Amino acid sequence: MKKEDLPQDPSALVGVTREVCYVKDKDGKYTSDLSIGWDVKKQALDNAWEDIHERVTEAAAKVKSGEISPVFYFMEKKLMDLPLLSGYTGFWQWTIKRHFKPSVFKSLSESRLQTYAKAFDISIDELKNFNG
Amino acid sequence: MDKLILPYNHIQTAHCENGVATGLLKHHGLEFMTEPLMFGLGSGIFYIHIPFLMVNGGPAVSYRSMPGWIFSRASKLLGIKVNRRKFNSEKEAYDYLNKQIQLGNPVGCQVGVYNLPYFPAEYRFHFNAHNLVVYGKENGNYLVSDPVMETVTTLTEEDMLKVRFAKGPLAPKGHVYYPENVKQVSKEHLQKAIYKAIHRSAFDMLSIPGPICGVDGINYTARQIRKWREKLGPRKAGLYMGQIVRMQEEIGTGGGGFRFLYAAFLEQASDITGNQKLLTLSDEFTKAGDLWRASAINMGRIFKGRLNEQKDFLESADMLDNIAAIERAAFKELRKIKM
Repeated sequence: MKKEDLPQDPSALVGVTREVCYVKDKDGKYTSDLSIGWDVKKQALDNAWEDIHERVTEAAAKVKSGEISPVFYFMEKKLMDLPLLSGYTGFWQWTIKRHFKPSVFKSLSESRLQTYAKAFDISIDELKNFNG
Repeated sequence: MDKLILPYNHIQTAHCENGVATGLLKHHGLEFMTEPLMFGLGSGIFYIHIPFLMVNGGPAVSYRSMPGWIFSRASKLLGIKVNRRKFNSEKEAYDYLNKQIQLGNPVGCQVGVYNLPYFPAEYRFHFNAHNLVVYGKENGNYLVSDPVMETVTTLTEEDMLKVRFAKGPLAPKGHVYYPENVKQVSKEHLQKAIYKAIHRSAFDMLSIPGPICGVDGINYTARQIRKWREKLGPRKAGLYMGQIVRMQEEIGTGGGGFRFLYAAFLEQASDITGNQKLLTLSDEFTKAGDLWRASAINMGRIFKGRLNEQKDFLESADMLDNIAAIERAAFKELRKIKM
């Protein structure tokens, strides 16, 4: 890539940092230059977030209809999956899966709720009272 | 410890691990170190497509070697020891970092980016192999030189513990590291190291058995891409393509899936060794990098709209096969190269 071809498309980096890219100067030697972003990868990142938002909205709807517990909703919202949530809580994955059931969730002890609240970085009340 | 600022020069680099390693070696007197040289000496260039493993709901592809390997491999070649510590207890990890600062030793830290407050929100995923240098403490905050940032920044004690003890794949466990007994490197020593590192990369890209590593891995991804649309539906297949582009082009790669960085290394390697062949082969990696960029643009057309056709996927797959052929030929030349 030539230095003059380095894209400068505003992206999420603006106002925070610019990224180093390796480009050829006019003598054909390698040098580094700063870029504020590239539309192609911005689109890829935007799509990924759009997908996340869709999954979170879907999860909220399922909590509302009583299909699934808030644990599942907050797992999606905090971009986690089962192995990751298991890492943060110390619970087995199948235990967490059980806690996805609203009936099981209702009977969870305060200390387990506290563990989830800490993993999600929210208060116990937020976790208990979330209803979609 | 109210205020303690160690004399560390912040450097900005494309990739965080290169940046921390380069910065720390410069700090210990190896002034000639550059990011491309570190990347090349550490045999950072790679390709792997891990089947069945999902990362953020997409395919797990990587354009570089395992986190931590670049610094370890480069140091080994230069006769430097990297002192690494991981911790089970947060308290111990906290004390150890403070002690290193008090001893006047700037150190590298492995962190998760999800809770890094100075990162753009859109980039804060649960990625645990980010690296930064801690070079002091002021008003209870750590002074931080993060190589992907243009300037230095700070972290509170609480945030530092959070990011050092992020959980999940590649969990840092408070990982702190720094180089030990750094000696000056003679020109002959450096030349030898460069050849060894190049041969190492050629091995990684050509000779690891199985279909998923090195240039074979690129062909593997191409074969998968041909099946994705039918198997996953147009929308999800599009998201998968987006994931590949992000792994390839996002901040940290220097563009073109680290291929430009490797081309820059070969150019410097040619300077240091006087071997013209390396300069010619540098051009091959520039070509590969340009083709990776072209492939990203092509994939971008697929995930931009939700309308896409099978022939777009076939075209992308063909482009990857073409790139694999170019890299295969270039590494076969590099494998043969002699001092």
